[in-house]
Amino acid sequence: MATFRFALNELPPEAEGLRAEVREFLRREVSGHGAKGRSDSWSRWDPEFSRKMGARGWIGMTWPKQYGGHEKSALERYVVLEEMLSAGAPVSFHWIADRQSGPLLLRFGTEVQRQRFLPAIARGELAFAIGMSEPDSGSDLASIRTRAEKVDGGYRVNGTKVWTSNAHRSQFLIALFRTRVVPDKKHEGLSQFLVDTKTPGITINPIIDLTGEHHFNEVVFQDAFVPEDMRVGEEGNGWRQVSTELAYERSGPERYLSSFALLRAAIADASKEPGERAAVTIGHLVAEMATLRQMSLSVAGMLQAGENPNLEAAVVKDVGTTFEQEVPEALHALLGLEPRIDTGSDLGQALGFVMQKAPSFSLRGGTREILRGIIARGLGLR
Amino acid sequence: MSTLLGDVVTRLFTDRVSKELIESAEKGAWPAALWREIEEGGLTMPLVPEARGGAGGTWLDAYAVIHAAGRHAVPLPVAETILAGWLLSRAGLDVPEGPLTIAPVHLDERVRLTPVGSRWRLDGTATRVPWGRDAGHVVVVAPSDAGTVIGLVAGNGATVITDRNLALEPRDTLTWSDAEAVAAATDLPADVAWRYGALVRAAQMAGGLESLLAQSVRYATERKQFGKAIGSFQVIQQNLALLAGHTAAAGMAAAHAFRCAERGDAWFDIAVAKTRVGEAAGLGAGIAHQTHGAIGFTYEHSLHFTTRRLWSWRAEFGGEGWWAAELGRSVARDGAEALWPKLTAR
Repeated sequence: MATFRFALNELPPEAEGLRAEVREFLRREVSGHGAKGRSDSWSRWDPEFSRKMGARGWIGMTWPKQYGGHEKSALERYVVLEEMLSAGAPVSFHWIADRQSGPLLLRFGTEVQRQRFLPAIARGELAFAIGMSEPDSGSDLASIRTRAEKVDGGYRVNGTKVWTSNAHRSQFLIALFRTRVVPDKKHEGLSQFLVDTKTPGITINPIIDLTGEHHFNEVVFQDAFVPEDMRVGEEGNGWRQVSTELAYERSGPERYLSSFALLRAAIADASKEPGERAAVTIGHLVAEMATLRQMSLSVAGMLQAGENPNLEAAVVKDVGTTFEQEVPEALHALLGLEPRIDTGSDLGQALGFVMQKAPSFSLRGGTREILRGIIARGLGLR
Repeated sequence: MSTLLGDVVTRLFTDRVSKELIESAEKGAWPAALWREIEEGGLTMPLVPEARGGAGGTWLDAYAVIHAAGRHAVPLPVAETILAGWLLSRAGLDVPEGPLTIAPVHLDERVRLTPVGSRWRLDGTATRVPWGRDAGHVVVVAPSDAGTVIGLVAGNGATVITDRNLALEPRDTLTWSDAEAVAAATDLPADVAWRYGALVRAAQMAGGLESLLAQSVRYATERKQFGKAIGSFQVIQQNLALLAGHTAAAGMAAAHAFRCAERGDAWFDIAVAKTRVGEAAGLGAGIAHQTHGAIGFTYEHSLHFTTRRLWSWRAEFGGEGWWAAELGRSVARDGAEALWPKLTAR
């Protein structure tokens, strides 16, 4: 049996110094948002906020300076992320580019691609979407069918991507296409591409979520041309690249903080001397959250040390999203408050918002079942 | 140092703590040879300064030993002796050899330590004292106007009514009447035995959960039904992944609380750990038994050495419900906006 390596991690002094700076910034920029607004942190689109963060040097923090980065440690970046999310800052515009697209280009992109995209991402001017899932390929990602056929000077793309968050308002997406069909070897023949969302032959159709909001899209490719120099990495290396990318996607503090603004509002709502039931509920949730922060920090420490914490990241995401989903359930049981859309108390609205978002917590970035499969593999069961 | 120490204790316990040894301890035998090895290996005094004959280590060293003792279901007062040695050192008292324990272990029980010349006298009753009958000495904690008094009394100075917990570990009632003691006042909190008792039980339980996970994974790969190992079924994989998550969380919460104990006031982190680990203990024991099926329910199988300990340990020094309520009250008192700064300062 493999053992999990959850070692205690300690943030370095420079990271703690940075924390004070970030808090001061957030006090000015984010105060005034209610609990409902603060519950909606990394799906709230605010290009101006992202540009301010970019100006502060808080996007692309760990990247080399030659690409507009700031050569800070992964732990300093972690502090910025956890402060942004715990404050409920609107980080959606730059989130994907900072977390996945930029690191992917840094690792697998060409020099020209890095020069062209990374500085703009770091300035908070360039938003990315991710084109992975398809109508018939969700958890079984390697079964994707969107074809990129080699033509003169590039590729002709046909197929459909779904659940593409923010495709309608991002300048680019990084998409996974099948460049070669290898019978019985679905993980082979996949490649990643940088795609300009304004490319002729691309149609972006909204998919409205159950709250009536538009974040998701269906992206249809009909003979869309993607130039050769927009391929990321070698042809056929897509599966390996995507696996690396998913590790970035699964390891951050966004996997346990989604319900924190709601929890904080409920604590504020409780009196200074809460009754026994309220005290037990708050204590139980705080104990879980405090533990998750240490686990998440531990994974950040492994990333900083250059280790590959895929297994540990899967554990944190599984335990973390379970906690995120438990918060609205526990508060419903405690308060008996009617969840509301846009009337009534701020707490009721935050409850209504998080309750409706909660099903997505254990779907996005790998379903709970897929993550537990990864953990089971780590345990030697498969 | 604690990693190396962890390897040393794991090797010792793996070699020596057999099923037969635990069974014999459950029948009332004292595993004297094992105790001697643990003591001679310097494992019982990580928190006693070298000048007083201890190892002069840290709380994380203590964690390595106590966690391993929990993982291997060591039927000896290792955690109690370590804690008692720390209390004595904090009081500036010498630490005697041999197994130690602490009393009282309930918040609402009080014993009286009275100074008589240069000595002290001890009176009172403490129930559910771990390993009370076996302890060479008992370290008693008595809050007073002059601070929390830590006293040391010989084990034979008490009348003993024996009892046990679910794991058949001694939990005895000790009564002292005008017993001779040495003692000193300290600045330790009045609930120090309760608080740090909860801390060491959290570490033992975190170790116990690791044992449950290892046993369950091994069983799932060996046991075949429907022509294949039961661990190849997705439902078993999902359950064991869940157990792995609780085990990882428990280990993290407990280790972090020990780190905070090294830094200073660890009340918040102990409350977090006893709550989170206690919850994991119940859920983990359930999954481990479900995975093992009927064989895990027999005395013949060794699974219950751990699960019966977890069921007792999670209740000792305050169950997760008690600690959650205390933690919740503390968080509410400080106010909602203080929570995040508090978490990031730990």
